[in-house]
Amino acid sequence: MSSTILEVVRTKGDQTESVGRAAYEHPLLVRWCHWLNAVSLFVLVGSGFQIFRAFPSFGAKIPQKDLLHWPKAFAIGGWLGGALQWHLTFMWIYLASGLVYVAYQIFSGNYRQVWFTHRDLAGVCPMVKHYFFLGKKPPVTEPYNSLQKHAYTTVIVLGALSVLTGLAIWKPVQFSWLAWLMGGFHWARLWHFLVMWAMLAFVFGHLTMVVLHGWNNFVSKLTGWKKDPEY
Amino acid sequence: MEPDTRKPVASEDGSETHVASEAAVERADSPSLTPAREAVGTVEQAKFSQISRRELLKVAPVLALGIFAVPKVQQALLTKGLAFSDWASARLFRRGHPAPTFADAALTPFEQFPINDYDVDDPGVNLEDWTLSASGALQKPGEYHLEQIQALPKFRQNTRHVCVEGWDVIGRFGGARLSDFLNMIGADTSARYITVACADDYYESLDMATALHPQTLLCYEMYDRPLTREHGAPLRLSVPTKIGYKQAKYLTALKVTNVLDGKVGYWEDQGYSSFYGL
Repeated sequence: MSSTILEVVRTKGDQTESVGRAAYEHPLLVRWCHWLNAVSLFVLVGSGFQIFRAFPSFGAKIPQKDLLHWPKAFAIGGWLGGALQWHLTFMWIYLASGLVYVAYQIFSGNYRQVWFTHRDLAGVCPMVKHYFFLGKKPPVTEPYNSLQKHAYTTVIVLGALSVLTGLAIWKPVQFSWLAWLMGGFHWARLWHFLVMWAMLAFVFGHLTMVVLHGWNNFVSKLTGWKKDPEY
Repeated sequence: MEPDTRKPVASEDGSETHVASEAAVERADSPSLTPAREAVGTVEQAKFSQISRRELLKVAPVLALGIFAVPKVQQALLTKGLAFSDWASARLFRRGHPAPTFADAALTPFEQFPINDYDVDDPGVNLEDWTLSASGALQKPGEYHLEQIQALPKFRQNTRHVCVEGWDVIGRFGGARLSDFLNMIGADTSARYITVACADDYYESLDMATALHPQTLLCYEMYDRPLTREHGAPLRLSVPTKIGYKQAKYLTALKVTNVLDGKVGYWEDQGYSSFYGL
């Protein structure tokens, strides 16, 4: 389902002139889920780092070899107990917004404009080259280009993995089969940490693109409408 | 919702089609762009601004999350959030589902089994005089000696001990099933909780379902040797379906009760999870 496009016009007396086009790209539910999920992710990463600070290692407790020292200033919660409260509260908002988003995308058919398929394989490299100043900008023909589809499809996979790895370390007894699939409790904890870093890589790329692509693009994620789409 | 595009505002029938096709011609002429998607209708700018504002208002409720930043209510909200997680955990707990057990080869060496003390490594328990005081909703309250507990069937298990800090070890624990002990003292197993008190003033509680779980032990041995002083001699809880801090050491008293009176456990009362089933 491609986005609806309208011609925005200004009528003065009997003169009508076009002031541009506008495309309805983001349905309300998508916008709700996006912002709820974004805020939740911020809190989960921040509190996650505070939780990590309690045992910043992936080996034996004795002897303890810390992997990295994460500063308290960049963590949420202040202490392990506080961080767990934030983490175990916001994970539900994160989960709900993620599930509602995926369900809505599927049931409305709206996923088609953002879902990465084999047809998008060819479009990824030219887009990447362009962003590294190695090629000119490929023509814009649709709301999401191939690289974006790749990113926004991958992030859903990462979201699912963050939930599953989190579940495995939160409930390694009740979901012992899940922990086993991941290589055991130790590995599940490491996967959870690594998936977070992959998420952060996505967020970094995503925010860079948001900044680069201007105000109209940003506003579209609030109102749903993108003024003067390039397609 | 998308606006109704079938009736564009304030335009004559002819101009709408005219504008749309003009735009399409414009783009088709330009060589570098593929034909753009056609507009399906028009909308007055004023109306479009109104629509945009309305859509912004519709998404504004997300700002409600900001309530978590308000100092006055923040802690209450977080406590509620944690309580919800505990509720979900209790729903996920299965009475018959065993915690994974491990082969002897997978055991963490005894010297590498950490000792997390609350106050001291050795609260000076007098092992000769020691008894477990049982009270509450049970038929046979009183002082129980270690020999009475040791007379119950002994179970040994290699299970994972998970600390809330994030580390875990696999230890070997031996002792009597708490359910067997509760049976021996005539406990009312329809009560909601077991609470324990310890020689170092630590205290904990278990929900009855967990207390009755076959792997919940009154543990008096580790690695086939009597508990050492650092590990909670003479008696501790071994509860592989729970987080480490619930597995209290230096037990001195046990109570069967329906009320906790705000005292769930040493760490829980500071803000950690009350149920913390794994």
